[in-house]
Amino acid sequence: MPSLSDGGSVLCFETKERSSSFRGAEGFGEREREIEGFCGIVLKFVIVSMLTIDPSKKNSFQRCIEDGDLVIVYERHDNMKAVKVKKGSELQNRFGVFKHSDWIGKPLGSKVLSNKGGFVYILAPTPELWTCVLSHRTQILYIADISFVISYLEIIPGCLVLESGTGSGSLTTSLARAVAPSGHVHTFDFHEQRAGLARDDFERNGLGSLVTVAVRDIQGEGFPDEFQGTVDSVFLDLPQPWLAIPSAGRMLKQDGVLCSFSPCIEQVQRSCEVLRSDFTDIRTFEVLLRTYEIQEGWIQSATEGNESYRITTHTRRKRQCISSEGNGENTEKASVTSTVMVRPSQEARGHTGYLTFARLICH
Amino acid sequence: MASLSLSFPLYSALDLSERRRQPPAARGLRSGSCPIFAVNREVLIPLEKPIGYTGADPYKISSTSDPLMAGELFGGHQSPSVNPRVTWEGCSVLLDINDGDRLVFARLSPAANLKIGDKKCSLRPLIGCPFGSQFRVEMGPNGPYLERCIHRPTLAANDMAVREKGNEQVESESKDNRALVDNNTAQSLSCEDIDAMRRDGATGNEIVEALIANSSTFGMKTVFSQEKYKRKKQKKYAPKVLLRRPFTRSICEAYFKKYPTRIGFLRIDALSLLLSLANISAYSDVLLVDMVGGLLTGAVAERLGGTGYICNTYFGGTSYPLDIARIFNFSSEFDSRIVQAPFSFLCSAENHDEEDRKLHESDQSSGIQSITKKDSLTKCDTSTGSTLVQEEQPLQNDNSSLDEELGNTKETLSSGHEGLHENNASINYKSVNPRKQASSDAIKMWREKGFNSLIVAAPELEVDDIVKKLLPLLSYSAPFAIYHQYLQPLATCMHTLQTSKMAIGLQISEPWLREYQVLPSRSHPQMQMSGFGGYILSGTRICNNSEACNGNQ
Repeated sequence: MPSLSDGGSVLCFETKERSSSFRGAEGFGEREREIEGFCGIVLKFVIVSMLTIDPSKKNSFQRCIEDGDLVIVYERHDNMKAVKVKKGSELQNRFGVFKHSDWIGKPLGSKVLSNKGGFVYILAPTPELWTCVLSHRTQILYIADISFVISYLEIIPGCLVLESGTGSGSLTTSLARAVAPSGHVHTFDFHEQRAGLARDDFERNGLGSLVTVAVRDIQGEGFPDEFQGTVDSVFLDLPQPWLAIPSAGRMLKQDGVLCSFSPCIEQVQRSCEVLRSDFTDIRTFEVLLRTYEIQEGWIQSATEGNESYRITTHTRRKRQCISSEGNGENTEKASVTSTVMVRPSQEARGHTGYLTFARLICH
Repeated sequence: MASLSLSFPLYSALDLSERRRQPPAARGLRSGSCPIFAVNREVLIPLEKPIGYTGADPYKISSTSDPLMAGELFGGHQSPSVNPRVTWEGCSVLLDINDGDRLVFARLSPAANLKIGDKKCSLRPLIGCPFGSQFRVEMGPNGPYLERCIHRPTLAANDMAVREKGNEQVESESKDNRALVDNNTAQSLSCEDIDAMRRDGATGNEIVEALIANSSTFGMKTVFSQEKYKRKKQKKYAPKVLLRRPFTRSICEAYFKKYPTRIGFLRIDALSLLLSLANISAYSDVLLVDMVGGLLTGAVAERLGGTGYICNTYFGGTSYPLDIARIFNFSSEFDSRIVQAPFSFLCSAENHDEEDRKLHESDQSSGIQSITKKDSLTKCDTSTGSTLVQEEQPLQNDNSSLDEELGNTKETLSSGHEGLHENNASINYKSVNPRKQASSDAIKMWREKGFNSLIVAAPELEVDDIVKKLLPLLSYSAPFAIYHQYLQPLATCMHTLQTSKMAIGLQISEPWLREYQVLPSRSHPQMQMSGFGGYILSGTRICNNSEACNGNQ
């Protein structure tokens, strides 16, 4: 499997920016900011937003890749990269060199070729794809947890949501999509540099009007008083969430929902003890995804002659790729049929964290 | 939260008949600023339906992007909120009786009743209360009634005490059940005694206290089983009703718990994944195949928040039932965003107008469509050029009530329900009617531009063929998610898409959800869990048409 560090030699932007290597998607963020500094343009050139906040710019058959678009370069499902399209720039990877100018004018979702005839796909960004390409400044939340959190926090357009900590902004991006167009996400992180990087990401992805990033130690100081009693949902991803829960309770509207994400059961235990004083409907979940692989193969029924009875009651599977010419040798044997077989993937995520939800008691 | 309750007098103070006589503009607070919605609203909620009308009002106002309006109504909060947190007359609610023992969807009206055990209680006290409020059945001079537990539920305080006692116990003593003998003599209070207490006007809690005092074994139990005993008795003698919002979360959970087959075993985590994987966001035009009773339609409409469009497509002559979508408290502007079109209309070229008319005629011959509805629809056609709603197809099961009993018994809400029918207010149930045909303009637009997302939830169909047909309607780079309750059809579908090179990023996933009991020194996964919530195939449509990909000549 090609590792993301392949991207070390990728040139997303003009080479004059800096030639030292960046690791995978991380390079995107840093180099991007340099360009901004260099050219003195302050983020006004963002054309594609991750969300269709402006309905006139939404994706359609006619929507083509334009100069300045943020796109996702798709190699395969486990190898993607965020790139800002810039005339004159090149993208280099193991498949060769791709000229950005070749992409401009083609529809999103197109296959583009390199100088060596290799290809990648150019996709419109979505929060799900962003989760795959963003730079991991912290441990991030993945799609199973993210989607469950949005539903369970009952977040819909127009909601006011508080989040702490911001981390790498994986969940924040999905929160922004859920509250758009009229709601807002206020996200807090005590780490000044991380908050800054996240803010830059949101601006660049066109989420600036939906997300406000602030530097604040929520465990120590609590949420700002200005939000008292106005918030629909609160999400906590903190090492000691129980310290922030009383403050979160003051921010929430009646019947508002809180979620706390913690990797360890001991954290959940302490959080739940604190939650019981002001919250009800306290529930803790673990959500995981099992992914499946498919393979076209041949199911061969055993013939009476060469198999014992015990075996003939089962079908024997022989994995073969359809592209191989193995069809001929099997035809002699009776009843060989091609079939699509499916099994769980070998590698799976065993644990992410516990999600504890609770509802503010109605007085 | 005194400010919140202000919104209630606003509605109760107005006489309904008077409200009906007012010109539309005076009632629609936002009608001036947003004519399309105002017109739709007139059409979809007929004026002579008082309950439906009041029902829609708070929702509409709260979903405006005007913070002042929202502020006025909902306690001065500056953030515009589309989800009202206080009930109103005509609003749909989920009633959770005794911590999930029974789940009942109901519409609040003064005439509606709820039967709990052998007691029939009016739902009137629930109108104007915040969602999340708890009620207890009490006996009054005029029979049983629901009383709101204004103070923090005593259970919470009990919990605290139990927890503290429990902590001590874990460390110091260890009671167990060795001395407990089940010979039915532990309780010295007889049925007659309890009946006598009731006649004397004892509250449910007082009876529970008496039962505990007269139990010879209560003191021998561990604190945890004492608490369990108490809770059991409380359910019987002091039943509780929790008022919940009908949201995707609660509706999906209620159906999954009681009638999973009606929603094709679509568990909430799988539904959430569908919405995320298909990138459902404001302003999206979403193509749906909803064969899970309208749950998917409702969930998507909730995420669109009155923007974008949902186009429900179907194969064959009849559309699929979408009754669950009516449980959501959608305003008319949300409602107007849900349309349907047969698949043949979406893909075939121009001349579907004739078919369209035929379809319409066949509906009329079935004799379900009401006169008033037709009138209002004509009005819709003539007055709104810009709306994408062309006509309305009648609901097939007009007599089905929204009030769905999700419990063990079927008797709930009987009288209130009939009362509504007598008033001809059953239209009220259709304040969300997801069965409007998409206009030809809309279909034309979608054919030119493509949809932004596709979700297929056809848990009993062979999806391979459907997906192959629907994918070309999706614009390039648009994501899609296919739900199925069986794995093999998705595997076949994935293989087809791989070989036809219509999509990339293909992935079959199965969500796994486990709930935990978290208590001091007693945390563990719950003994019961759902073993199956469905499979999802997701991916991104690509531009594999070489002409189109070679640029826009």
